[in-house]
Amino acid sequence: MIVWSDTVRKPVCEGNSMTVKVKFFASLKEQMGCDGATVEIGEVATAADVWLQASGGKALPPNVLVAVNMEYTDQNQGVKSGDEVAFFPPVTGG
Amino acid sequence: MKIAVDEAPFSPWEALAQYERDVVQPAFPGKFGAAATFIGTMRDFNEGDGVHAMTLEHYPGMTEKQLQLILDEAFNKWKLLDALLLHRVGELKPQEPIVLVAVWSAHRKDAFEACRHIMEALKSRAPFWKKEQLDGGAGRWVEKNSDGY
Repeated sequence: MIVWSDTVRKPVCEGNSMTVKVKFFASLKEQMGCDGATVEIGEVATAADVWLQASGGKALPPNVLVAVNMEYTDQNQGVKSGDEVAFFPPVTGG
Repeated sequence: MKIAVDEAPFSPWEALAQYERDVVQPAFPGKFGAAATFIGTMRDFNEGDGVHAMTLEHYPGMTEKQLQLILDEAFNKWKLLDALLLHRVGELKPQEPIVLVAVWSAHRKDAFEACRHIMEALKSRAPFWKKEQLDGGAGRWVEKNSDGY
């Protein structure tokens, strides 16, 4: 049995594609025309890469907030298959 | 401690009375000397325009998680006995309550300071978004909060 480690990665075969779930909220959801998507990512990807895939290459607006798995982070955060990556405008509750 | 995010309208006064009677008093009989509360209510005006309705959107899961983190921080920083945090989502009309923050402590300093901190942290970190329906018919996203200080 082969044990895949961090240095010997599992080959990306058919059926092993790496995907993340993307969510958009509020005014950003309206601008994008949908509330999210599932996008394929490369083996090494950041939240910024996910944005580019999901937005069709648009620049990330400077005030947009980024969350990975429901925790605030920034666009340079690494993401892995199965993560949930959310993009949204500044929050205005209360 | 209780956190709830709900589409159903609520009465903050009834929720406060019920929570204190059913939860705080039995858990801390004779121990709390202070309760501080903040209630946020929908106005019928904003930035010079009349507003007749509002939609509050949130991020289910993350919103509750962030509210829990904010309360945990407050419990670590101040001596609190209990807290209640209720927030509306969905369709709202003017005069309807949006948010209730209530904290109980032995002394007023902890209650006042924690209540203020929780409310300001919620405004800047909890993922909620307001879209106003203006009297002219247009929809407008609220883009930033007013200064709380």
